[in-house]
Amino acid sequence: MKHGFLQARALNVLFWLAMSALTLLPVWWMFLVSVRTRADLFGNPSFLLDVSSMTWGNYAEVLANPTFQHYMTNSLIVATSNAVLVSVLALLAAYAMSRYALIGKDNIFFWVLTNRMAPPAVFLLPLFLMFTGFRFGDWSLFDTRIGLILLYCVFNLPFAFWLLQGIVDAIPKELDEAAYVDGASTFTVLTTVIFPLARPGLAVTGILTWVFAWNEYLFASTLTSVHARTITTGLAEFVTVTGTNWGQLAAVAMLTLAPAVLVLALVQRHIVAGLTFGAVKG
Amino acid sequence: MRNSTTGWLLLAPTLFILVITGLLPFVYVLSVSFFDWNTFAQNPDPQYAGVNNFRRLVFDAAFLKSLWLTLKFTVFVVLSQLVIGFFLAKMLMRDMPLKGLFRTVHTLPLMIAPIAVGATWRLLTVPGLGPIPHWMKEWFDISYILSRFPDQAFATVVIMDIWHWTPLVTLTLMAGLSNLPEEPLEQARIDGASEWRIFWDITLAFLKPVLLTTIFIRLMDALRTVDEVWMLTGGGPGAETRFIGLHIWRVVFPKTDYGYGSAMSLITLYLTIVMCWFLYVAMTGMKDKTR
Repeated sequence: MKHGFLQARALNVLFWLAMSALTLLPVWWMFLVSVRTRADLFGNPSFLLDVSSMTWGNYAEVLANPTFQHYMTNSLIVATSNAVLVSVLALLAAYAMSRYALIGKDNIFFWVLTNRMAPPAVFLLPLFLMFTGFRFGDWSLFDTRIGLILLYCVFNLPFAFWLLQGIVDAIPKELDEAAYVDGASTFTVLTTVIFPLARPGLAVTGILTWVFAWNEYLFASTLTSVHARTITTGLAEFVTVTGTNWGQLAAVAMLTLAPAVLVLALVQRHIVAGLTFGAVKG
Repeated sequence: MRNSTTGWLLLAPTLFILVITGLLPFVYVLSVSFFDWNTFAQNPDPQYAGVNNFRRLVFDAAFLKSLWLTLKFTVFVVLSQLVIGFFLAKMLMRDMPLKGLFRTVHTLPLMIAPIAVGATWRLLTVPGLGPIPHWMKEWFDISYILSRFPDQAFATVVIMDIWHWTPLVTLTLMAGLSNLPEEPLEQARIDGASEWRIFWDITLAFLKPVLLTTIFIRLMDALRTVDEVWMLTGGGPGAETRFIGLHIWRVVFPKTDYGYGSAMSLITLYLTIVMCWFLYVAMTGMKDKTR
């Protein structure tokens, strides 16, 4: 009995080792391409890392490229600003939903969530026309970081709103009631009672919305042209512009996926709830 | 209850931004769809066209083909992911060392930017560089060239999506399975029900809400797939992997056929909603029968 049990466990571990290899293989291959010299790329494909001929040249070249630096900076600014903006606004909205009797609350909640579900391709045209048509003199939202920061709210704000709703609901009402009795203003209650208690939830919200904003491609590619291009559009350009420089393409792709991998362990418990809108708890 | 004006004020910025970024574009696309508007046409100004744009869609072979490809792709990936995901969920629920690590690794593809997923698979499949064409030649004597063979391109796009999104199904089904009540299962075993019957009548019946949500989410995501496919095949060869999102993009941007593109967008949105509605009705109907 005992023997069979151990055998089954060993088989399970073996199975999952193989599965993990299958999951990691494409990314590992990309990493290999990014650290190989051009001469080593072709011929018999090998999945082994040859440390002696390994080179960081592709990364060095990409990181020294001013265009790429610009894209990377844009992505950092857009993702960070959007994550902060969305977390703050969603916290206020979640608090309003949780503590006030508002007419049509359920409908509002549902409508907010539908914004996340809509296929982005459907809204490319109207957004493009709005972004280019809405002008102050020479300035329009098109090709600005502010435009992207605002636009990413359309998918991140509903998400953050939903996530924080659950978190604010879980904070006992008595705590802020007590503060109000002591004469605190709504602002004071939000900053001294709600914010500290919601901090772990805010961190998860911030990280996940940051990743979603960082990963976005379709809007960024159509609503920017030069100044506000992000790293994902840069990656797509690599294919069309320098179709053959695979090493650099791999390096850019590795840099694009790196942040997601770095935060994976931190937020993995919340990914399922996040991607299914809480319908399924992970 | 406190003054609800404060509540509305707290909610206002969120609603304001979503009206601008979500509702306004919808109203805009709705109104443009009734106009003939192409900025590169002889007359670049919008002209009222009634329902002509929608009428044109019905006979547009390229649009219908794209729609059909999208549906085919969606059915393929969602079904495969459900089957594989269910199996993996069962496997991952077993007790074993390193379980947490395996789970984390399995979750990895979910967090990767779709455009980077496309790049990853492109590097795997580029002839001369990628290992897949090499192995295909070596082991099966098949020339594997995505830019030439539509079936290979389609199959690769499906496999890429399975690699990318199966983990989500695994994790949701795992959550569902771990909440299964023990009692009916044991009762059925005592009554001597076959494993197959237990699976259909008990496991699936209890799993239904989670299953429904999972299908819902995957369906919506599969229908709007753009980034990965654009990166991997560019919609080619020809238009053989040009799914609806890509097709709309082509009509709207390189061709600047704004009115027609809007009508197409709306129909796509409408079909998406109808499909989900059908699914919902079908699933809830099934649930009633099993009761």
